[in-house]
Amino acid sequence: MLEAREMTGGYGGADILHGVDLTVAPGEIVAIIGPNGAGKSTAMKAIFGLVHLREGSVRFDGQEITNLPPNRIVLRGIGFVPQTENVFPTLTVAENLDMGAFVRRDDFEAQREKVYDLFPILRDRRRQPAGQLSGGQRQMVAMGRALMLEPRLLLLDEPTAGLAPAVVQDMFGSIREVNRELGVSILMVEQNAKHALKMAHRGYVLAAGQNRYEDSGPNLLANREVAEMFLGG
Amino acid sequence: MDPLLNYAIFFVTIAGIYAVWSLALNVQWGLTGLFNIGIVAFVAVGGYTSVLLTVEPSATFGGGLGLPLAVGFIGAMVTSAILALLVGLITLNLRADYLAIATIGIAEIVRLFLKNEEWLTNGVRGIGGVPRAFADLGPEGLALANMVLVLLCVLIVFLLIERARRAPWGRVLRAIRENELTVLASGKTVKYFRLQAFVLGAAIMGLGGALYAHFVGFISPEAFEPLQTTFLVWVMLIAGGSGNTKGAVLGAFIIWAIWSGSQIVTGWLPPELATQAGALRMGLIGLLLVLVLLFRNEGLLSEEDQRRADIAREARNDGR
Amino acid sequence: MAELLQLVIFGLVLGSILTLGAIGLSLTYGILKFAHFAHGDFMTLGAYFALSLVVTANLPLLVSIPIAALATLIVALIADRLIYRRLRRTRPVILLIASVGVALMLRSAVQLIWGPNVQVYAQGIQLPYVIPFADGAIRIKPDHLIIMGGALFLVASLHLFLQRTRVGKAMRAMSDNPDLAQVTGIDTEKIVLWTWGIGIAMAAAGGIFAGLDSQLHPVLGWRLLLPVFAAAILGGIGKPYGAIAGGMTIGLAQELSTLVISPDYKPAVSFAIMVLVLIFRPRGIFAGRST
Repeated sequence: MLEAREMTGGYGGADILHGVDLTVAPGEIVAIIGPNGAGKSTAMKAIFGLVHLREGSVRFDGQEITNLPPNRIVLRGIGFVPQTENVFPTLTVAENLDMGAFVRRDDFEAQREKVYDLFPILRDRRRQPAGQLSGGQRQMVAMGRALMLEPRLLLLDEPTAGLAPAVVQDMFGSIREVNRELGVSILMVEQNAKHALKMAHRGYVLAAGQNRYEDSGPNLLANREVAEMFLGG
Repeated sequence: MDPLLNYAIFFVTIAGIYAVWSLALNVQWGLTGLFNIGIVAFVAVGGYTSVLLTVEPSATFGGGLGLPLAVGFIGAMVTSAILALLVGLITLNLRADYLAIATIGIAEIVRLFLKNEEWLTNGVRGIGGVPRAFADLGPEGLALANMVLVLLCVLIVFLLIERARRAPWGRVLRAIRENELTVLASGKTVKYFRLQAFVLGAAIMGLGGALYAHFVGFISPEAFEPLQTTFLVWVMLIAGGSGNTKGAVLGAFIIWAIWSGSQIVTGWLPPELATQAGALRMGLIGLLLVLVLLFRNEGLLSEEDQRRADIAREARNDGR
Repeated sequence: MAELLQLVIFGLVLGSILTLGAIGLSLTYGILKFAHFAHGDFMTLGAYFALSLVVTANLPLLVSIPIAALATLIVALIADRLIYRRLRRTRPVILLIASVGVALMLRSAVQLIWGPNVQVYAQGIQLPYVIPFADGAIRIKPDHLIIMGGALFLVASLHLFLQRTRVGKAMRAMSDNPDLAQVTGIDTEKIVLWTWGIGIAMAAAGGIFAGLDSQLHPVLGWRLLLPVFAAAILGGIGKPYGAIAGGMTIGLAQELSTLVISPDYKPAVSFAIMVLVLIFRPRGIFAGRST
C-alpha cells in the first residue's frame, strides 16, 4: 500500500537520504532500524511530507503523495506519531483525541470509544490535561490521537523512546493490538531494534541514508552481520 | 555663502550624525543581533550629559559645569555606556524580541526622567545656549568646521568598527548572533561578548547624541523622539545593509536624503495640510521599512558582499 | 481605605483595557511566533473607527464597538495578506521589524484621517456614582462600568469559545504545539486567521475602552504597548488565561504604585515587573504546567 522509491533529500542544503526505498503491505508491521544518524526518522518524515524530497517518489494506494503537505497526507489515511512533544499538554485527553478528528465532519464517537477500549486508562483520565500524564500514557494519547482519523497506515517515530522498560512491553503490545484489532498497517522507527524486529513482519536496516538490509523480522534477527552491527552482538 | 552650499553642509552634517548612530546600531544589531529599539534613550542620555557638563552654570537646573566640549563628548560616551551596562546586565540574556520590548521600556523611562526631573534637566523647557564647537569661526566657518568634525567622527567610528569586525572579536560576535557559539562556549562568555557589543554601540550612540546637541545648540526631551531617533536609524541600517559597515553609512546618507526630500515635498503642501506633514513622513518611514524587508531583505550592500570582499582581500594579502 | 479602593477601581479599569490588548498579543505571539509591535496601533485604529461611528454616524457606543472591531479586523487582514504572510518564511525578527513599519504606517494614517489633536467620544463631564466610606468616598464613572463590564463579557465569551468550540480548541492546540497541530491535520492557516481575527478584535475593543477612559490621540495604543507586552509576558506567551491575569496584575500594580512613587513614573512599573518576570520566570508567573 505504501511505496517509497529512491527517496533523496534532507533539511536545508545537505541530503540525509540517498535513495531510500521502503514499502509497506496492507496489514504489515514494518520496522526501520539502524545506527544513529542513519536517516531513519528522516525517511519517515519524508513520507509524511515533513522533509522535502529532491528526488524519488512516495505513493500510497497507488496515488502520488510525494512532498504533499502533512495536513493533506493525513486525509489520505496515514497517521503520524512524532517521537517527542506529541500531545497537546494543556488540552485534556478527550480534547487531544478531538483534535485528531479535527478534519472529520461526521460523528467520530465510535472511533473514540475504540481508542478508549484499546487504552482503557485514557477513558479514566479523559478530563485530565495530557501534560499531567506519565510518559507511557502520553504515548497512548499520541497514538490514540493519530487513530482518530481511522488511518490505514500509522507511522510511529520511536514509540518507546524514553519509556520505562516495563512500559516498553505494554507499548509494543498496544502496537500489535492496533495492528491486529484495527487492521492498521504500521511503519515504525525503533532504537529498541531487537524488540522491534521480534514483533515486525519485515524490517529495514538503514545506514548512512541508504538501505543496507531488508528481510523478514526473524531473518534479520538471525542475520549475524545485522546482529553485530546494530543489535549489540 | 551660497544657500545651496549652506544647505549641503547642513545636510552632510546631519546625515553624518545619523551615520554615527547607524554604525552604532550596526555593532549591536548588525554584528551581534541585539535588538535595540530604544536607541533614543542612549542618544538622549549622551546628549544631555554633554550639555550639562559644558553649558554655563545655571540656577534653575543641575549641572552647568562649563567644561570644555571634549570633556562633554567623553562624558556622553561614558554615561551612555554606563546606562547600557546597567540595562545590559539585566536584559542581555533575553531573546531578541524580549530585549526589544525591554529597550522600549528603557527609552520610556529615560523620557519620563528627562521630562520630570526638572532639578537636573530643566524639564520640558529644555536647555538653551548649548556651546557649539568652533563658535569663534563665525557662522560659516562654524558650519564647515562642524561638518568636518562630524565626518571625522564618522570616519573614526567606521574604522574602529571595521577593525573590530574583522578581528577575532567580530567573528565571535557573528558566531554568537548565528547561535553557533552557544554550544562551544559557556553562557557566561557569550553574555560577556554581547554586553561588550551593547555597551560599545551605546557609547557611540551617546557620542552621536552629543554631536547632535552641540550642533543644534538646544536640547529638550522633545528633541529626541523615537520616530526620528530610533526608527529612522533602523530604516537606515536595514536599507543600507545590516551587518555591512559601509552599508550602515550609505543607508544613513540615502535615507536622510529621502527623509529631507520628503520635507521639501511636504513643504509645498497647502497650509491646511502642512500640519500633517509629520504624519505623512512617519508613514513614509514605515512604508520604506516594509518595502525594504519585502523586496531587498539584505539591504543595498549585503553582509554577504562584504564577506566575499573580505575573503578576496585576505587571498590577495596571502598572495603577496 | 477609600483612597486604596479608588485606586483598585482605577487598576481594574486599566487592567480591563490591558487584558484585551494582551490576549491578542499573547495569542498571535504564541501561534505566529513573532512579537507584533503594531498591536498597540491596531488598538488606536479601533478607537478611532469607533470615534467616527459615535460622533459622525451618531451610533450608540455599544453598537459601534463590534462594527469598529470588524473594520479594524479588515485592516489587519489586509496587512497580513500584503506584508506579514509574505515574510512568514523568514526569521521571526524580520516580521518584528516589519510590524514596527506597520505600526508607523497605522499611526500615520490615523493622524492623517482623524488629525493629531486629542478627541473624546462624548463631550461634557460624567457624574460619577459616589460610594461613601468612613474616610472618604470612592467615585465610579458610568464609563468605568462599561469598560469593566465590556471586558468581562468579552473575556467570558472568549473562554466559552476556547473551551466549547472546535476552532477554539484547535487554537489552544496550536498555541500548545503548532508543529503537532499540523501533523494532526488541523488546518493551521485557518486557525491562524481565527487567532489573528480574535486578537485584533479584542485589541480594537481595548483601544475603544482606553479612549473612553481618557481621550483619543494617535499614540494612544503605542503608549499602551509596553504595559500590554508586560501583561502578556507576565501571563506567559501564548496563554490567553495568563494574559487576563497578567493584564489585571499590571493594571492594579500601575495604579497602586502611585501610593509610593510619583504617578509620572507609572509606565516604569510595568517595565520593572516585566524585566523581573523575564529574569526569574521567563515562562510567565501564571504559566501553569507545560512540557
